[in-house]
Amino acid sequence: MDEKKTILVVDDDIDFAAQVETALKGAGYAVIVAEGEKQAEALLAGMRPDLAVVDLMMEQMDGGFALAYHIKKRYPDVPVLIASAVTAETGLEFDAATEEERSWVKADAFLAKPIRPEQLVREIKRLLRES
Amino acid sequence: MDKLRVLVVDDEPGMRLSIQKALRRFTLSLPELEEAVEFDTELAETGEEAVQKIRENRPDILMLDYKLPGMSGLDVLDRVRVEESEMVTIMITAYASIDIAITAIKQGAFDFIAKPFTPKELEKTVAKAAHSLILARQVRRLAEEKRQVRFQFISVLGHELKSPLNAVEGYLDQIRSRILGESVTAYEDAIARCLVRIGGMRKLIADLLDLTRIESGQKKRELCAADLAALADESIETIMPEAERKGIRIRLETERPFLIHADPAEIRMVLNNLFSNAVKYNREDGKVDVRLDRKGAEVRIIVRDTGIGISQAEAARLFQEFVRIKNENTRHIEGSGLGLTILEKITKLYGGEITVESRPGAGSTFTVILKDNPEGRP
Repeated sequence: MDEKKTILVVDDDIDFAAQVETALKGAGYAVIVAEGEKQAEALLAGMRPDLAVVDLMMEQMDGGFALAYHIKKRYPDVPVLIASAVTAETGLEFDAATEEERSWVKADAFLAKPIRPEQLVREIKRLLRES
Repeated sequence: MDKLRVLVVDDEPGMRLSIQKALRRFTLSLPELEEAVEFDTELAETGEEAVQKIRENRPDILMLDYKLPGMSGLDVLDRVRVEESEMVTIMITAYASIDIAITAIKQGAFDFIAKPFTPKELEKTVAKAAHSLILARQVRRLAEEKRQVRFQFISVLGHELKSPLNAVEGYLDQIRSRILGESVTAYEDAIARCLVRIGGMRKLIADLLDLTRIESGQKKRELCAADLAALADESIETIMPEAERKGIRIRLETERPFLIHADPAEIRMVLNNLFSNAVKYNREDGKVDVRLDRKGAEVRIIVRDTGIGISQAEAARLFQEFVRIKNENTRHIEGSGLGLTILEKITKLYGGEITVESRPGAGSTFTVILKDNPEGRP
């Protein structure tokens, strides 16, 4: 059997992080959870994940964008998936809505919360070219 | 400097030009708004020309001669009258006829001025119209801002209510799909988190109802002689289980009894919010020191904790609705984000204030000042 692939999950919503962790472990991945961008940056200095799932809004409003950028700079071929609960309905318009913004932001996929575990696993498999 | 656009409609060229000349020199100062207003004039000779100009670019003030060769002033008013139009009309009448003035005002004119008039009279009439216009615009702007604030509040509230639902739904999904196997014990953490999030949601709803009651003024205030010390005992009792779990010692320093004239329910909300924060944001084995004292007619509730503290920039935002300081120290702490907003609102009911002094890592001191006799009773 192949060695398990490692997914870094960065989210300050501890429930979402726990659920993603359970789902991804169930799908056969090794999971490392960071509760914020600082912790994630520290972890990234010592490891190269196979993929990162990053929440958009953490300590900083656009923490997810900055983190995605740093991950891409350090490991250009690690896919980054940005998960975001920020939509127009929160009244806080901060999202990569247009193609231009998407290309500027260094992420390979965007998912809007709430995210179903199957959907997340499917997206990860796609990005890791496993499907 | 603001500029208001005035359209002068009169068939007499002399009248048009003299109004234009007078208004060009005129600056209206509005000290209460800290601004001054100047006037730009445009001219029209006939009613038809006026209607066209108004439709193209609506002026702020319309000075309209009643007696025009073709279409009359009243016809013009009839044609351009728009509900809630942002234009005020001053009718120019040759004969100071009350009938015409009344008809014009019925048709939406704001005021009238009778020919012949002096530049001073013109200025006075225009100033009155400008005043009314600017005031109406301000009222509209405030109403708009209020709508915006309301919208934002409800949007964030929706988000805050959805977030626990998402969490609980996610855990239930995992339990249903038996992702961790058949044994219930494997899901104990998930179930515990569900209960925590549901508890948080219940607290948010309770806080929201408190806040709404306070803000609407619907809640009848029951002011009476109340013992602040006893209320503080009660409130400490409520928070004790959580304090004990974290090994936090709470000390209360007060005279006994400590009589104040207040609504006990309101004071209970103040104390509960203060104490619960002091415990929630404290460290393990920390301390909470509560002191109640008075200075003249003022009552002070001082709550000092040994918690995580906050920076000055964070403190400035602390009392806004739904502002919860997000960092690695606060992540595991549940809160509705409304507690301090409620606290501040109640404090204001007593003509008081709430201040916070804090050093990150060392702790915070919240001081609530209440006026003892909020209604001036003995």
